Amino acid sequence: MNSSVIQEVEGRAIPVRGNDIDTDRIIPARYLRAITFDGLGEHAFEDDRKSNPDHPFDDSRYQGASILIANGNFGCGSSREHAPQALMRWGIVAIVGESFAEIFLGNCTAMGVPCLTASTGEIAKIQDAAEADPQRKMTVDLKEKKLIFGDIEVDLQIAEGNRLQLIEGAWDATGMLIEGRNAVREIADKLPYVTGF
Amino acid sequence: MGQSLFHKVWDAHAVRTLPSGQTQLFIGLHLVHEVTSPQAFDMLRERGLTIAYPERTFATVDHIVPTSDVVRPFADEMAEDMMIAIEENAQQFGLSFFGLDDERQGIVHVIGPELGLTQPGMTIACGDSHTSTHGAYGAIAFGIGTSQVRDVLATQCLAMDPLKVRRIEVSGTLGDGVYAKDVILNIIRNLGVKGGTGYAYEYAGSAIEAMDMEARMSVCNMSIEGGARAGYVNPDQTTYDYLRGRPYAPSGAAFDRAVSWWRSMASDADADYDDVYHLDGSALEPTVTWGITPGQALFVTEKVPALTDLPDDERDVAAEAYDYMDLKPGTAISGMPIDVAFVGSCTNSRISDLREAARVVEGYKVADGVKALVVPGSKSVLKTAEAEGLHHVFEDAGFEWRGAGCSMCLAMNPDKLQGREVCASSSNRNFKGRQGSPTGRTLLMSPAMVAAAAVAGEVIDVRGM
Repeated sequence: MNSSVIQEVEGRAIPVRGNDIDTDRIIPARYLRAITFDGLGEHAFEDDRKSNPDHPFDDSRYQGASILIANGNFGCGSSREHAPQALMRWGIVAIVGESFAEIFLGNCTAMGVPCLTASTGEIAKIQDAAEADPQRKMTVDLKEKKLIFGDIEVDLQIAEGNRLQLIEGAWDATGMLIEGRNAVREIADKLPYVTGF
Repeated sequence: MGQSLFHKVWDAHAVRTLPSGQTQLFIGLHLVHEVTSPQAFDMLRERGLTIAYPERTFATVDHIVPTSDVVRPFADEMAEDMMIAIEENAQQFGLSFFGLDDERQGIVHVIGPELGLTQPGMTIACGDSHTSTHGAYGAIAFGIGTSQVRDVLATQCLAMDPLKVRRIEVSGTLGDGVYAKDVILNIIRNLGVKGGTGYAYEYAGSAIEAMDMEARMSVCNMSIEGGARAGYVNPDQTTYDYLRGRPYAPSGAAFDRAVSWWRSMASDADADYDDVYHLDGSALEPTVTWGITPGQALFVTEKVPALTDLPDDERDVAAEAYDYMDLKPGTAISGMPIDVAFVGSCTNSRISDLREAARVVEGYKVADGVKALVVPGSKSVLKTAEAEGLHHVFEDAGFEWRGAGCSMCLAMNPDKLQGREVCASSSNRNFKGRQGSPTGRTLLMSPAMVAAAAVAGEVIDVRGM
């Protein structure tokens, strides 16, 4: 049950501009009426795309891009893992933004999709660069915490625990948590509400 | 220096430090619903895993449940598939399940406390962001995604980093027509929709202490809309009185022992906080959102702000909101016409919410052209309301009286806005498209304000009724 080591992600970037883009916008609730995550990719940002024909997810220049560049509070709202699942199934393998809502970030990490942050100014620079040349390759380096394109390096931030999970291939927590089962029993047996007061 | 409830609960549930530096945290209560769980159960099957503590997981159905016709199979085949999946998963894995034919069914965050499952000092997790609701009882409750639902099922644990704690003191006394909903909307308005990132919110102060448990739930419920992963109120006599006699609460001598433990888990008077924020509850007025985030809120007596009234980093979203809501800066929110009035959701569907709404509509009629519905949060709330005759009050006024479920909060069931409709809603999110129409518009407010809007056909100050 070991998950793969994720130390570096290389790909083209797709900018999705705007603060407070919530998970209802990333995947409208009607697509949560399912018992699998299959097929969610094609519905990512569906309503935003319908109301905005220029949405980057429909822009031919960004097809095949894999690093999403977002602004502030990306993924706020509902805890639906369907949101990062939809992005991943569309082709996104890493997200760089100004900030992330915490449940969304936790979901991404648990799926092996790194989320890293940079300042407002740096994000604008990356988004501009991706727009100016959508074919440009970018690299997210988790070991050095940098995004690199051409001769430009941008410092990125990520919580150390999440970074270690990803670079050591421990982002799928289940196996690790199972290993602690004896210690879990000990803690449970000390909790008054478990033992019946 | 003393400790906050958050740190006491965290320490009591911390199993060990993981190689990543995160904490393996034991989860005392796991709640499951039909939307975020089927894939988690599939992952267990794929990996040949079992449920570590099946007695600590309880399942129900709420999001997809139709509120008018629950005859099986559902008209919506996909919803029917989800129902079958949770029924079979609960049976296969030996979980307690409150299905549609069970008197205990309802919105997961309404039934947990109602049944006494939710208790002070616990860690609670559920695949739903509004799990913070349970913090009203002095529990630390986290919304999680499906992969983490799998982790909790398989291990009863989560891998987590600790949070900072911000104490939010709401002083004074709330005025007439001002409710818990107004308190939390103003907290989010003032601290921002991402102001709580990295924090658990501890709600305190005289206005919070004076609230009953249901009102405290409304406050904690929307912690996540302010970016906080969890929110809680320290347990007190109001909490213990609520829990006494509930089906899953301890009874007899065990209840007294429980109370002393619960008391010991409350924040110490000299607890250390990472931040403290103060809000004057006496100065609050009935509050309404005007935009597309819950932070875009104003008193019903105020006007939609101009870009120049707002901080730089809120202007883009405000401009987007003017456009989506078709509102101009400087417009009074009072008087904005509505098409739909919705009383319900895990934020405001409990008996006290229904009583307040009924009190407002009694003797009035829903305005022409307005579709109004009341959706109790659980079968138990529905039964209590009917015993009190509230359904007659609502129906006489022209409201539809529905069965328990999430209904129009999130549009995963037949209750949806149509086209550009404007909905006065007691729910928690005014995101674009949230209520089921990609162009539908939501104005968040208290149940009493929704009731007033239903009668007036427009946003109106409930204090004037």
